[in-house]
Amino acid sequence: MLLGLLPPLAGELRVLGSSPRRGSAHIGYVPQGRNLEAAVAFRGVDLVGLGLDGHRWGFRVPTRPRRELPSSVTEALEAAGASEYARRRIGEMSGGERQRLMLAQALVSKPQLLLLDEPFANLDVRHQSVMAAVVAEVAVEQSLSVVLVAHDINPLRRVVDRVCYVAGGGVAIGTPEEVVTGPVLSRLYGGPVEVLTDSRGRRFVVGLEEETAHPHARSRASVVEGAVR
Amino acid sequence: MSVAARHLLASAGPVSNFSWNLLADLRQMLGYAFMRNAFEAGAMVAVVAGVVGYFVVLRRTAFAAHALSHIGFAGAAGAVAVGVIPLWGLLAFCLTSGAVIGGLGQRLRERDTVIGIVLAFALGLGALFISLYSGSSNEAISILFGEILGVSTGDLSLTLAIGLITLALVAALYRPLLFTSVDEDVAEARRVPVRMVSVVFMMTVALAVAISVQVVGVLLIFGLMVTPAAIAERVCRSPGQAMLVGVAVALGSTWLGLAISWYFAYPVSFFIISISFVVYVAVRVASWAKERAVRAMAVA
Repeated sequence: MLLGLLPPLAGELRVLGSSPRRGSAHIGYVPQGRNLEAAVAFRGVDLVGLGLDGHRWGFRVPTRPRRELPSSVTEALEAAGASEYARRRIGEMSGGERQRLMLAQALVSKPQLLLLDEPFANLDVRHQSVMAAVVAEVAVEQSLSVVLVAHDINPLRRVVDRVCYVAGGGVAIGTPEEVVTGPVLSRLYGGPVEVLTDSRGRRFVVGLEEETAHPHARSRASVVEGAVR
Repeated sequence: MSVAARHLLASAGPVSNFSWNLLADLRQMLGYAFMRNAFEAGAMVAVVAGVVGYFVVLRRTAFAAHALSHIGFAGAAGAVAVGVIPLWGLLAFCLTSGAVIGGLGQRLRERDTVIGIVLAFALGLGALFISLYSGSSNEAISILFGEILGVSTGDLSLTLAIGLITLALVAALYRPLLFTSVDEDVAEARRVPVRMVSVVFMMTVALAVAISVQVVGVLLIFGLMVTPAAIAERVCRSPGQAMLVGVAVALGSTWLGLAISWYFAYPVSFFIISISFVVYVAVRVASWAKERAVRAMAVA
């Protein structure tokens, strides 16, 4: 809906001061679970380059020496921490490396809003924390808002500003401390849910074993900064 | 010279004995108009197949390309039945079905089933058209297995024209085509007309298939459209490189196959397909050996 792919069922939606329109360069988008293995003879830099001008017809007219990349591509790769491996084939990269590459692709058009759908799905804990740190850093440095969807709040705990927890047809909005609590979630799920906190402040949602938690986390640059500090 | 006569020429025992003076052989080979036409048409088809093949492999639409060629068979047989040159029938059937297959989109779950059903129907039509045509079965054989030695000067200019149109279409679509191939959701969000790109691309494949059928025939189209591109996918990093290598493999096997057929009276398409197949196996074996060596190093 934010991308302008679906119209709202009712009401009006305004994103960055105007109604959403397909193809806005102001919004960077990384969808969930993209299958990039298919692209074998395809490098990271090729993928990021598509974020820059993949929507234009024809091919990029080579105006500079062959090996040199457009500066926005280099900057986006740098910001996402993907420069080192960007000239390798996508098929040779790990899931975490691919995820950061997709982030670079979303950043290359210099967006003001970043939409990330399940950026931590299928990542191990190390890549999850690297990814969370990269997202937080990018949000501060480029002063952009990040809206992301995640099932697990923990990798994001310290960088997220606001959480919009969606479950059982209801929502709860607030800081993670306000929302991810036993009473709030029990109300949302309509059943007993407990939130356990471990020694390092990580929260675990238990109870209602057949249902899955699905917090929509929302972070804004200003508070991300506070959280990182 | 009629097609049948040329066919006879190509299959009536060794056309020339092998000599060690390859240059003289080449000169003698190219002294014949039908050999020159074959080399030129083969070159155009190889370039087109190498370039289009990269996207066919990248988009995982090999089955659609395969289906297009078989649907083209019905078109070609129909054209023969009504007395038009087969290429027109190929073009008409391939372009129509290419537009439809492209319109089905990449994601549709039952897409391959739909293609398969249409493909079976088309082959049935082909069988009917062949029986309607009272002439010899030579025409059918040459559609199925290719008849590059039968390319007339008229066919050649048509092939060159269609080949250039195909390359121009790929050039015009290049970036959106790459974008939608690797990453359809993001491309859609960035306002790339995904459906339109898919339709135009399948029509481009249809054009490529139509001219490739002359060289290797309906049944062996994979050898030109998929094998060289699959080889390139394994050895290359970037799309540009992969297309160049794909073209090189397709061109090499076509020309070499033609040259070998000068000495041995077996079907040209057999030689072309065999060469690209051998290269593919060699590349697989080489990458397997390399992986093993790397693993051995890691263990040691």
